[in-house]
Amino acid sequence: MTPLRVSIAGAIASILLLLVVFELIRSRRLKERYALLWLATGVVLLVLSVWRGGLNTIARWLGVTGYPPAVLFAVGILFVILVLLHYSTVISRLSDENVTLAQRLALLEEELRARRR
Amino acid sequence: MGDRVAIVPALNEEASIGGVIEGIRAFDPAFEVVVVADGSTDRTAEVAAGHGATVLRLPFNLGIGGAVQTGFRYAWEHGCELVVRVDGDGQHDPAELGAILAPVLAGQADVVVGSRFVGTDGYRSSRTRRVGIRVLAWSVSAIVRQRVTDPTSGFQALNRHALALFAADYPHDYPEVEATVMAHRCRLRLQEVPVTMRERGGGRSSITAVHSVYYMVKVLLALFVDLFRRPAAPLEDA
Repeated sequence: MTPLRVSIAGAIASILLLLVVFELIRSRRLKERYALLWLATGVVLLVLSVWRGGLNTIARWLGVTGYPPAVLFAVGILFVILVLLHYSTVISRLSDENVTLAQRLALLEEELRARRR
Repeated sequence: MGDRVAIVPALNEEASIGGVIEGIRAFDPAFEVVVVADGSTDRTAEVAAGHGATVLRLPFNLGIGGAVQTGFRYAWEHGCELVVRVDGDGQHDPAELGAILAPVLAGQADVVVGSRFVGTDGYRSSRTRRVGIRVLAWSVSAIVRQRVTDPTSGFQALNRHALALFAADYPHDYPEVEATVMAHRCRLRLQEVPVTMRERGGGRSSITAVHSVYYMVKVLLALFVDLFRRPAAPLEDA
């Protein structure tokens, strides 16, 4: 069985994560589209922390017999990997777009200069 | 030129864009037609220029919100007083522009939206999408305390007050729902009028099934968080 303190600590941490993400969206420092995965992370971790029976059941399914809260870590890590992968694709797209922008700017500058001459 | 601008966002709509431009011309030649080619990879920009439209070519795809706002910024910087938005895929019939322009011209509204669901029949989208639209319509109506039936409609007319807001701040990817709430929070007057929409003239819709779910969740989240924000600040004339 999951120790009660672990459940409480997990719940508090998840709620803090949700509050921080909410405040970041509200103050427009985080766009909704990049916040969705973080919110999903917070909600899933919160559910698994509070719903102790469920955590034990899932742990049994996965063959984690010794220490059910290990599932909490595993799920947390899984979501962090998802978020990082998502960001990697976002960064790749941004760097492509950045190259295109710089190229367009160089071409425009050249055209402007040619017209001034 | 350009105290009236028609903004036409278009992503790969070479088949339908010419008809849309001619339709707007036929309705009222005083409109400067501004086509925003949102990173199109086909001949949308060339066809539009061939029909005499002003063409803004985005170097890559910004999504519908970024594309439309490009048009709003153009209209704002050219001192435009009256703006309509007509989608480049041909689903908005320019012959109906009179209906959405009337309340703006009469000074009764700052933003007028053409709705598929007030009264008239005609083109209706798929069932799942209709359910989604109804959920959004209900949420938006509750927030703006006014009946909104078609919050995702991009067939719109607006005056310079509304332009000042949307040129400064406009939501990304699928903007209409959030923009409606933004407008309300900035005390702009909204109105819906019935219009008939057509099937797409060509090309494919940019919204797929998985996308619709993402869209719903994202927009509902944005609506919720926005309740805790201060309203956006419009631009001011120099």
